[in-house]
Parts: sequence; C-alpha cells; structure tokens
Amino acid sequence: MLNRVMEWFRRMLGTPSSSSVAKERLRLVLLSDHLALAPDVIEAMRRDIFDVISRYVEVDEAHSDVSFEHKEQGIAMLANIPILSLRAREPDLGISEESPPKEETSVLETVSVNGHKTDNYGRRPRKRRRRKASGASQTAPAQ
Amino acid sequence: METQRVVNEPIESPQIEIHAPAAPVDTQKKAKTRGRAIVVTSGKGGVGKTTTTANLGVALAARGARVVLIDADVGLRNLDLVLGLESRVRFHVLDVLEGRTTLADALVRDKRVPSLYLLAAAQNREKDDVATDAMLALVEQLRGDFDYVLIDSPAGIEMGFKNAIAGADEAIVVCTPEVAAVRDVDRVVGLLGNRINAQLVVNRIRPALVRKGKMLSVQDVNAILRLPLLGVLGDAPDVIVSTNRGEPVALDEASATGAAYRAIAARIAGEDVAAPQASEPEGFLDKLGSFFGGRR
Repeated sequence: MLNRVMEWFRRMLGTPSSSSVAKERLRLVLLSDHLALAPDVIEAMRRDIFDVISRYVEVDEAHSDVSFEHKEQGIAMLANIPILSLRAREPDLGISEESPPKEETSVLETVSVNGHKTDNYGRRPRKRRRRKASGASQTAPAQ
Repeated sequence: METQRVVNEPIESPQIEIHAPAAPVDTQKKAKTRGRAIVVTSGKGGVGKTTTTANLGVALAARGARVVLIDADVGLRNLDLVLGLESRVRFHVLDVLEGRTTLADALVRDKRVPSLYLLAAAQNREKDDVATDAMLALVEQLRGDFDYVLIDSPAGIEMGFKNAIAGADEAIVVCTPEVAAVRDVDRVVGLLGNRINAQLVVNRIRPALVRKGKMLSVQDVNAILRLPLLGVLGDAPDVIVSTNRGEPVALDEASATGAAYRAIAARIAGEDVAAPQASEPEGFLDKLGSFFGGRR
C-alpha cells in the first residue's frame, strides 16, 4: 500500500523509481534479444507505426503506449493509441503510390522536425523528447 | 600412484561405499536407482551459483539423500572452499576423466553430512580440456550411485557451461534482482532448451529496497523469466559469514537463510512446502537504529 502511494507520488513528480526503470530497460533489451532486432530498429518500428496511423487520424501520442508482451505463442505487439479526431482531408496516399521514395523522405523530415530522431541508441522518445529536442536538431543533419 | 592413494585416504574417514567405476552394475538395478542430475547455472557470474550448490547439496544430504556435488568450474575451483573441504581435495574431475585415479578415490566425503560427496574441479587446467562426452559419461555413472548429482556450472555460456549441462536433465537457475543477471538467465534458459527443465532461485533480495522501489522484486524478475519458482533468498550477512568459515549456512539451524535453503531442498525432493520468501531483516528496532545512524 505504502509503496503504491510512493510510486504514485513518483509518477506525479515525473521521476519513476529505479526499479521500474530497470523493468522497462529489461523489457526492451530482452525483446531485442528475442527478436534479434537492435533496440534502435524496434524504436524505428514504433515510430513508423505512429507515423502511419497519424496519416489517417490524429492520435494522442502522449497517452499512447506501444509495447511488446510475452504471450503463450511468443511475443505480441500491443498498441494502445487514443484517437483525438479524424483527419479533415484525405491523406496524401496518391503521392506515395506515384513516388514512394519521396514519400519516405517526407516522413523522415517530419520525424526529425519533431525531435524524434534521437533514438539511434534505442532511447524511448516520449519522456526525453523535451530535453533532447536541441540535441536532435544537431544530429538530424548527419542522418 | 600408490603413495598418492595412501595420502588421499583420510585417517578417520570411513570407506566410500560407492561402486568402483569399472565394476559392472546390474542394469535393471541401476535403472531403478538412477538419481537426478541437476545443474546449477545462471550465465552471469557472482550471483551465488556455488553457494547455492553447496547449500542445496548439504540440505539434501541432511535429509538423508545420497548427494554428490561436481564442481564444473574447471580452472576456477571454488566449491571445495565454500564447503570447507579444500584441505581434503587430492584429486579432481580431470584426474578421473583422464584415468589418473578412480572415481571413488577422487570423491571427498563431507564428514558433517556423511551422505554428501564432492568431486572437485581442476584448478590448473582449462575448461576446454574437458570432453563433453566424458563429462556426460561421468554424470551418468554417478547417477547410478547417488540420489542427486548437483553440477555447479561456471559462469558464461561457453565450453564449461556446455560440459556442465551435458549430463543434466534439470536445472536450477540462480538469478539476482539485477538487469544483467535477468538478461543472462533469460539467455541461459534459452540455451537449456526443452531437454532441461529449469526452476528459479532468486538470490540476494533486499525486501526493504524492493519496498522503496529501488530493487526489482521477485515478481518483476519472474514476470520476465516465467519459471517455476523454487524459492527466494535474502541478501543476508550470515551467508557471508558462513562462506568465510567454510560452513554452509544450510547447516545452521538458527539461520533464516539456512532454513530457506532447507525449504528449497524439500521442494526439490518433492515435498509440498511453500517456496521460501526473503525474510524481512528490518524490524522496528533496526529502523530506529538506522534512523539514528546505527547502520549503513
């Protein structure tokens, strides 16, 4: 009970307990161990999922959660992404059909503008984004 | 060779009753009395494999089972030291495998728990010097004479580990509540495959830290590993003291950690006993003491 309250306070203050940080780090590293994917690949995959969905609907990324869970059959990806509204206009699907490479770069640009491209080392972007935003713009041209 | 053998015979030690390796044993009888071969492993070093092997061996033998402990950590022999038998080791596992002595002569009997034997590792050799087939045959042979063959695996997943698991069909994986240990156990369990049944011992839990959110809990660890839990051991000072002295804590009737090891041994033996949990060392007086700076 007491530790639940403590944990609640910590969450309110934005500083997770070191054991929950350890849990999250373990979860990610084991996932990449099992999938034989590097953490930055998993992060890129997560990013792309948001980008694809964002083309059709406006999502609440701050309250979204994409995670991987061990199921009996293996590992499952679970995404819980609140939708704020439908996009007003048709998504620019025609562009991607005509010239896929161009579409790809435009997505990447969006990503770097938002400061999400810091994740070459498998860092999770959500909590660090504000702090890392300046660092992102430095690293972005190198990409 | 003759003189060495004389030296190896401790004066007051009773004769070792196991069969000589060369003697053919009636196969039907052997199949009936085939003991269990359990490897104690973890991947990561320093999590308490050797301490766990020693104490579970002592606890199982104290229950009356015939137990042999094999130190498979060739080159870094330590199990003899933790058991307090270092001064009585004359031959090691490679002496047996390479035919310099008989198995009966290489086994060191623990006088405190007379049904417990140790087969020490070679200290001046390397893990690659052990042939996997020979190790497998050795474990098979010991299973004919003992109820339990506990194999203390070295850290790592290389040759020494492969040799250690070769003859086992059960594993006790020892994990501490640290990210590196959990990751390594996860890897090791994958390497054990379907042939070897793994059960978990979580070592060095500090309940006070877990409560404060500063240490992974047993539930956190096993949410990832998903193994049958044999038991939990606290990070208790009595283990350190007992290792200093070479007296396994499982022999200490008054020790909570000793009781936990005995409970785990009972579970291994198939008794319906609850998995021991790490005891809570901090009572009110301790807290009061730490409040006044009494302990650090």
